Amino acid sequence: MPEPVLSLGDLQVRFRSNRHVLRAVDGVGFDLMAGQTLGLVGESGCGKSVTSLAIMRLLPTPPAEIAGGRIIFEGKDLLQLSERRMRQLRGGRIGMIFQEPMTSLNPVYTCGDQIIESLRRHSGLSGKPARDRAIELLDLVGLPSPERRVDDYPHQLSGGQRQRVMIALALANDPAVLIADEPTTALDVTIQSQILDLLRELQERTGTAILMITHDLGVVAETCQAVAVMYAGTVVERGEVGALFADPQHPYTIGLMAAVPRMDTDRGRLVAIPGSVPPPWQPIAGCRFASRCPLADDRCRRDRPPLDAIAPGHEVACWKAPIDGDRP
Amino acid sequence: MIETILNRIVVSVPVLFGVLFLGFALVQLAPGDPARVQAGPTAPPEVVERIRQEMGLDQPVIVQFGKYMERLAQGDLGRSLISNKTVTSELAAAIVPTIELMFASLIWSIPLGIAMGTLAAVWRGSLLDRIIMAISVAGVSLPIFFICLLLIQLLGVKYPVFPFIGRGGPIWTAEGLRHLVLPALSLGLIFIGPVSRMTRSSVLEVLRLDHVRTARAKGLTEPQVILRHGLRNALIPVVTLVGLQIGYLLGGAVVTETIFSYPGIGRLAVGAILSSDFPLAQGTILVLALGFILVNLIVDILYARLDPRVQKK
Repeated sequence: MPEPVLSLGDLQVRFRSNRHVLRAVDGVGFDLMAGQTLGLVGESGCGKSVTSLAIMRLLPTPPAEIAGGRIIFEGKDLLQLSERRMRQLRGGRIGMIFQEPMTSLNPVYTCGDQIIESLRRHSGLSGKPARDRAIELLDLVGLPSPERRVDDYPHQLSGGQRQRVMIALALANDPAVLIADEPTTALDVTIQSQILDLLRELQERTGTAILMITHDLGVVAETCQAVAVMYAGTVVERGEVGALFADPQHPYTIGLMAAVPRMDTDRGRLVAIPGSVPPPWQPIAGCRFASRCPLADDRCRRDRPPLDAIAPGHEVACWKAPIDGDRP
Repeated sequence: MIETILNRIVVSVPVLFGVLFLGFALVQLAPGDPARVQAGPTAPPEVVERIRQEMGLDQPVIVQFGKYMERLAQGDLGRSLISNKTVTSELAAAIVPTIELMFASLIWSIPLGIAMGTLAAVWRGSLLDRIIMAISVAGVSLPIFFICLLLIQLLGVKYPVFPFIGRGGPIWTAEGLRHLVLPALSLGLIFIGPVSRMTRSSVLEVLRLDHVRTARAKGLTEPQVILRHGLRNALIPVVTLVGLQIGYLLGGAVVTETIFSYPGIGRLAVGAILSSDFPLAQGTILVLALGFILVNLIVDILYARLDPRVQKK
């Protein structure tokens, strides 16, 4: 049984504005096992990216505020660490890749310099060894002729190449966890699959656990062993990818699955989930999905369902689970 | 890089030509009669007329300008009508003090302006930010002559710490430095305002960008993030502004040098124009234009050094 390398429990993140308190993340929890990939899925604004930035403690405070919960990484609660200790982890034991490869690298430094900066910070390398390691990393992420590319500026590279540089940067100091926040969203489909292949291959080689944040169920199916589905700031369902995809239990997950275009069935129209996400400043007592759920009743609107196991390694936060037969 | 510089120099030629022509025409429009200046105030009208013909002043402006350019091409700027020294020697004597004044004004005001702008951006909305912005608004809106007079009143008259008349000698002598303090302070003060405001807004903009988040995700300390990934990128527009502002500074130097009786190009220009000393006035215009072009060339080179995207098109 693998140990969780990163474990979130009941994470609460709020944003304070003059008029409202936004509960961007409201009780998110999951375990990322060593060497595995966990997909954190959900639509835009459901709190995925806020969760990832909270793990790195990179949310601007104020307005953001981590109001509760715990983030256990290698046995330590990151929320209790000093800023100084946290800085040692960032880019060291925890690497991060962002959505926008075009703007995530600094345009005024060469790719090599940006990798070397991180190596110098965490591995104490400098001069020739640091440069050699940077070239090695660029080679590792499949950048052609890395010994020349190391001196290139980001604007001389394509989007896919820049994302490879970002991955090299994130992996520079052999992190235990790699947080990939929508790493392929801004890329062409062909480049997307190359980058996903690369991440999978690198994981096999380095054993890094990956937290894959995405809105794309296809990406999850391709790369992840486990998945947590987020809706409006909470995890509504989590489990092994195989089990969850084969037998989704939360009405939201079922709706998401139905909204994915498929080639293997002869379905005419794609299904859309009716309604829209409740505004995050609106206090909700019961299930957050109740207003859009075809199965919702009074209890759903009144009490918040806990995440309960319905099968080994498959948990769902729904009063109606397990759902069988009549699917919405 | 060398290609860029050569390119810029070639482009500068028509600019220089235009400035010289405009300057020539404007000097013609100014009141005063150079022939009368040359002849002296008591000379009879026919003598003045003869001198006018000798100097070619009776010919159309275009023809005069053509002749001027012809002499200029041979390196001959003419002689001052007042002192009868060559314009070249007058300019040579005045250029060093002006360069010293520029240097003494910029050496402290650019770093201070950038530092103030960066601090204001990092702690935006704080009391420090407001104080810095108040100082820079004052620097932008107070006219230079007023700042000069205030400084003279305060540090020259009320508390006579620094001299405020003339030049004490070369910049590396103690007396030269002491004489430079007040003029350099006045000129630098008008510079701080625009530089700190531009730096502030530029740093604020850069700190919002994605690559700054990447820098933080690398585990860099906040000062490292701000200096290496914020300020470094934010300096690109600041350099452009500084280049433009040095042009205004040359204008400010005219006022400052006049108020402090500082023997530089600016005071030479004012004196030449007021006394209808056409060749000398034209010579100072030439030097100021060349200075402006040179500064902009330096800015372009710096720009390419700061922003690799400019260099490798």
